Amino acid sequence: MVCEKESECIEDMEVEILPSMWPEDIGSEVGKQFNIEKPGRDQDMLEDVTIIEEPTIADFKRLMELTNFTEKGSSQLAYLMKHWEYKQANASRLLREELDSLSKQRQDVELRKMEILEEHRFEEERYGGDKRPVSILEDVYDIWQDVPRRKNKVVVQNKRIEIDAAEYDTVKYWKQRALHSEKLLEASIQREQILQEKLQERIKNIERQSSPVEELSQILKRADNFLHFILQNAPVVIGHQDKELRYRFIYNHFPSLQEEDIIGKTDIEIFTGSGVKESQEFKREVLEKGLPAKREITFETELFGSKTFLIYVEPVFSKAGETIGINYMGMDVTDQVRKRERMAKIREEIAVQKAKETELNKTIHITEETMRAKQMLATMSHEIRSPLSGVESGVMKLEATKFRPREVLKHVLQTAAASLQKILTLEGHVSDDVPIEVVGDVLRIRQILTNLISNAIKFTHEGKVGINLYVVSGTQANEDRCLSTPQSSSDRNLLDAQRHDHPPSQNHAFHGECISPVKSECSANGDTEEHHHSTETTVWIRCDVYDTGIGIPETAIPTLFKRYMQVGADHTRKYGGTGLGLAICKQLVELMGGDLTVSSKEHHGSTFTFILPYKVSIIEENSDDTDELSDMENDEGTCDDTTESFFQFQPRTLGSLFSSNGSSRTQKLLTHKIGYTSSNTSECSFSFPSHDIISKGTCSVQDSSLVVDTPEISESSASSSGQSRETNIENVVSRDKYCQDKGIADSSKHMVAALEMDIATKSSELQQKFKVQGNVTSIFASELTKSTSKPKILLVEDSKINIMVTQSMMKQLGHSIDVVNNGAEAVRAVQQCSYDLVLMDVCMPIMNGLQATKLIRSFEESGKWDAARKALMELNLADLDYECSGPSKKRIPIVAMTANALSESAEECFANGMDSFVSKPVTFQKLKECLEQYLS
Amino acid sequence: MLGLGSDLLWADMNRLLRLLFHEGVLDEHFLQLHHLQDESSPNFVSEVINMYFHESEKLLNNLRSLLIHTHTHDYNKMGIHLNQLIGSSSSIGAKRLTTLCLAFRAATHHSNRPGCLRALEMLEHEYCYLKNKLHELFHIEQQRALAAAARYPLHNNNQ
Repeated sequence: MVCEKESECIEDMEVEILPSMWPEDIGSEVGKQFNIEKPGRDQDMLEDVTIIEEPTIADFKRLMELTNFTEKGSSQLAYLMKHWEYKQANASRLLREELDSLSKQRQDVELRKMEILEEHRFEEERYGGDKRPVSILEDVYDIWQDVPRRKNKVVVQNKRIEIDAAEYDTVKYWKQRALHSEKLLEASIQREQILQEKLQERIKNIERQSSPVEELSQILKRADNFLHFILQNAPVVIGHQDKELRYRFIYNHFPSLQEEDIIGKTDIEIFTGSGVKESQEFKREVLEKGLPAKREITFETELFGSKTFLIYVEPVFSKAGETIGINYMGMDVTDQVRKRERMAKIREEIAVQKAKETELNKTIHITEETMRAKQMLATMSHEIRSPLSGVESGVMKLEATKFRPREVLKHVLQTAAASLQKILTLEGHVSDDVPIEVVGDVLRIRQILTNLISNAIKFTHEGKVGINLYVVSGTQANEDRCLSTPQSSSDRNLLDAQRHDHPPSQNHAFHGECISPVKSECSANGDTEEHHHSTETTVWIRCDVYDTGIGIPETAIPTLFKRYMQVGADHTRKYGGTGLGLAICKQLVELMGGDLTVSSKEHHGSTFTFILPYKVSIIEENSDDTDELSDMENDEGTCDDTTESFFQFQPRTLGSLFSSNGSSRTQKLLTHKIGYTSSNTSECSFSFPSHDIISKGTCSVQDSSLVVDTPEISESSASSSGQSRETNIENVVSRDKYCQDKGIADSSKHMVAALEMDIATKSSELQQKFKVQGNVTSIFASELTKSTSKPKILLVEDSKINIMVTQSMMKQLGHSIDVVNNGAEAVRAVQQCSYDLVLMDVCMPIMNGLQATKLIRSFEESGKWDAARKALMELNLADLDYECSGPSKKRIPIVAMTANALSESAEECFANGMDSFVSKPVTFQKLKECLEQYLS
Repeated sequence: MLGLGSDLLWADMNRLLRLLFHEGVLDEHFLQLHHLQDESSPNFVSEVINMYFHESEKLLNNLRSLLIHTHTHDYNKMGIHLNQLIGSSSSIGAKRLTTLCLAFRAATHHSNRPGCLRALEMLEHEYCYLKNKLHELFHIEQQRALAAAARYPLHNNNQ
């Protein structure tokens, strides 16, 4: 039993131990140690990717050189070596382990064998010692007979069963045991041999599987594949060039080039054209400097046309640190460059556009300024011109006219405000005791005021400029003057004279030749005043023109009123002007028997004061006596309160200045022409007085003139056209109202037509306005006719046959048609009758269909038959009826009928305003479709 | 007999028409003319055709004189005449004549005098052919109408 167990144990050992010690898949485990996936799996992963290896051309010799000589190459090699050594070591370790285990097994087996042999020998000895005498004597035959037989039978177990306890310790038994052991030994040896074979096989396998070269090449291949995978579709060229810039390696080269075309050659040898040399030089530069660089180079070569490449060049160093070549990478950026250039162009255009815009704005601004300046100049020149010549020559005439100081003041301020280019407040105060009307030389006074005001505005940058008017007593006036400025001796004489003789009419006694003309003129002109001479008194009115400007330094005041003198050269440069104004003003004032003085504080402002005597008539004057005043004043008079005492013109923004001026002018014209009588507002309103026009219910007499006047308004106030248009609308409204009031309800169409007649000769703006209304009525009218009668169709055709056929077809389709034979007749027919459809032959004598259509369309657009008339005149045909040029029509559908001649192309038909065309010969079907389309 | 004759004449007319259609002398527009004929205009077709021949003859004469008798060949004017002829011919369905006119017009566009002359001859020939055939047709038609209108008293009684 023990024996059986032992043998079983041995057998078990063989089966169980071996696999546990030597796992079947050693190869894979080895692989895992190096973190490498199975090559098979790699291939799976890249299975879908087709890698075209073609584009690579490599000079392997050079590659070897590179790896041998460059630092990168050597480090790479070192790494690979290390890797390989590590793997080698691991493999040998494994092999050693295996060998160890095998030799241990062998030792075990040998030990066992020894044991068995020992045992056997011992038993034999024992057997020989104990049994031999017996066996020889007794049963020799038996032994020899039995043992071979058993041996022959081979099956040991069977025999063993036969061995009984009874046979134990017999010779036979031991023999059998020995045989059995021997067999076991043999088996063991056999196993050993198998193991050894296996070992050999494994060793071979290991050698085969984990050979470092193979593994490394696999790694390389994977890396290579990966690079291919990434690079093959990239628009990238990679290359290596040696010291002489000859290609040693290139990837993704131009497809039409072969390896031999590139390797060993320089760029210049390969390509020709612009950019090639540049790139070569760039590479050389990199080579020389030893620093990597990028550049964008545009190539223009025969090989691949115009292309832009972004090129990156990097020097390659040997171990010794010297450059042995360059690595070069080029990327095709043609599209990007193009886009970029386009963008740049667009940006440039935008910039130019902006510049233009600014320029334009500037021009507009300048134009505005110029116009403003012109306006100012117009006012100024008038006011300066005459005194200049007059004063200069010394024979100036003074005219005595009645005027209203408030109005003059207001107008001066208003004019100044209109041409104001600064944000300043202009104001005027008139004290209550200033008479409503005085007598004096209003023109001169106005000139003086304007001059002073414009001066004040010129030297004032913020704050306000204003005029104060108040009455002073004669003495006060003189005292004031004495206090203010040093006077010349002649001035003093004047003062004395005035102090004693208040009526200025006697001034000429003191001022001989200077004043005498004044008086004589006064009497000559003063035809109206002469009735009131007896009741005249004199009033001294002081006028302060003040500002919050830069002021005048005290030292400059004495020279202020001298001719051609300004405060300083700086001022001349800065503010311009001749310096003549003040001198003239002063002379003028003095001529009129007054004086002009100034008080000023530098940086705070100046006040120019002049005091003048005026005659005042006690008897109330009628307004019809003011006819000697200028027109402008007359305008003012109509809308001004005679006792107004305060005027203010608030600063406006620059942009609105112009239009506000325009509106004021519009207002003036309007009020004037319409005969709008003054409303009793204490402040003159500058808002548009449209409500007044509407409220003026009984304006029937003025209506006609009103219509005529409108264009004048819109012209005179071009910039405020918006407002003038409003006026026109109002006009229409008032007309409408007027018409309705009179109970002519049914005449609305009449009225529009009449208006159209009027308006036809006026500005286009207005015309459009009314044309819209005209159209509406005509559409309305045509709708009426449409609802009551059949559609009217006009056939324009010269061929009698075609007329017959078409007419007959139309008859069957239930339509009657009018027929004319050429274009000119068609135009006439359309003028006289409104048609719903025109079928127009294209080729016709006298006037063809295209021309006729054009004329009809031009009428529809302009509402005038002028073009048609002209065309007919040219053809020597009878003119159109004038009476029949009724309201403009809606667009008549005109269908061309063409015989497909070359001159009758569809494009031409459409270009001339036809709506569609029907090719000849006309059929029922075509005609029906056409009618359905245009008459439904 | 006369009644029977009407049917025979009808057949004759159809045969002639078939021939003209087959030859491409006429097209469906000619039939359309017949559709336009009704009680209110019983002679519409013959009226139109008569007018057509009347007009066409004038146009052909004009064309001939323009092409042969004048020294300055006004191709432009010829083109206008031809356009008219094309318009009317196509309206009555004179297909072959229309086609010839188109060819003629093309020749005038190129100021091709020999081409024009050839085209004019063919046009005149075609015109005569069409005129004869349509005359024949109308003649049969007239007879047919007469035959159809003729009724024996017996016949009338039976009906």
